[in-house]
Amino acid sequence: MSDDPMRLSRRNALKCMAFGGAGTLFALTGGVLTPVDLAVAAADRSATARLGRPLFVQISDTHIGFNKDANPDVGATLARAVALINAMPEKPPLAIHTGDITHLSRPAEFDLAQQMFAQLRINEMHTVPGEHDTSDATVSEYFNRFGQASGNKGYYSFDHAGVHFVALVNVMQFKPGGLGTLGEEQLAWALADLKGRSSSTPVVVFAHMPLWTVYEPWGWGTGDAEPLLSELRRFGSVTVLNGHIHQIVQKVEGNMTFHTARSTAYPQPAAGNGPGPGPLKVPPEELPRMLGVTSVSFVKHPRSLALSDSTLAVS
Amino acid sequence: MTCADSGHHRAAGTQRAARGTWWTRAGNRFALHAAGLIIVLAMAGATPRALADDAQAIQINAKGFMFTPTALTVKAGSTVTWTNRDEEPHTVVSDVGLFRSGALDTNESFTYRFEKPGTYRYICSIHPQMVGTIVVQ
Repeated sequence: MSDDPMRLSRRNALKCMAFGGAGTLFALTGGVLTPVDLAVAAADRSATARLGRPLFVQISDTHIGFNKDANPDVGATLARAVALINAMPEKPPLAIHTGDITHLSRPAEFDLAQQMFAQLRINEMHTVPGEHDTSDATVSEYFNRFGQASGNKGYYSFDHAGVHFVALVNVMQFKPGGLGTLGEEQLAWALADLKGRSSSTPVVVFAHMPLWTVYEPWGWGTGDAEPLLSELRRFGSVTVLNGHIHQIVQKVEGNMTFHTARSTAYPQPAAGNGPGPGPLKVPPEELPRMLGVTSVSFVKHPRSLALSDSTLAVS
Repeated sequence: MTCADSGHHRAAGTQRAARGTWWTRAGNRFALHAAGLIIVLAMAGATPRALADDAQAIQINAKGFMFTPTALTVKAGSTVTWTNRDEEPHTVVSDVGLFRSGALDTNESFTYRFEKPGTYRYICSIHPQMVGTIVVQ
């Protein structure tokens, strides 16, 4: 393992992407994901070509400010993730952060996170807030820094290279005991945003909490997402990305691929394992394999996308 | 009366030290040991007294992704202090926007004074499965 994350070599980055932990390459063809075992893919020299042209990298749950036993140095693991991305042989034009940038919504945490994101050799970064980013009493720190793109609403859409991206906020209107909520206003906006778009447009939807129900007792889902998911079903290629649960859970439904990313900070228990979704302490040598980022590439421009999860474990 | 409420008794049971502190501070006429708490609660129940004397200082813990006690009945004018005993941060957020703590890291607290009778519900905005109710009499 490299002591200095910034010295991560290109060769190591490739190796890491190929062999990292439970890394699996998902080739998306006609909207249907085909998992390819990376150990097999890595033996094939064309494997990196099969990763396609990078479209964006997803970073999630950086939790800057967290300092408990599960990872006393979340800055170091984020630095390693940044180095991993910067060492990619072909860098994606976009980075997407699916929330929980900070742990306690404190100004110093946001400041440090932004300084670290500035190290990314990617010019464009898009964010959505996690519930940890909106936990200040005035709910203003996140919006002061990242609200401009959306007129302080938090949700917005944009297009890049023929792909339509929809950024959603599902951490602001919790009902007691409930799941994440989009709310009527945002839902109406999202439906209007999609209406009239060609079904052949690849769509990427991202929010912090899973948009489908992963585990209701822990609130791992979005209670009012169904009208949106219904509207998305007509599109030929839909990728729904979330963070929040600090582990990879994936579901494929028709042309829609749902995928949650690893955290760069600390793992969480599998659904229902323990009293609640708190930090999971693992032996230090196991931690890097449980943290990571997701990259999404074009496989056949512009119709299909492929997801690739990389861990921070670098041999 | 307040003291007959089951939620109230649970508060006394789980937060005996905090309650003892309150009685000493608020009353002065009661130099209590924890063992005497039940007797004094019974006395308080039997004797109507002015609002200021009835005001309590209550402690609620956020621990194991639960507010304990989850339901509580207090007298108007009482202050409630929530303390996070988990490694995860928690918040205390009124469902109607009456109060909202910032994120509480481990062992950090938030205090709110309930002036008016009514039923107040709150959640942790980070873990909305965590819910609690304060009934103010």
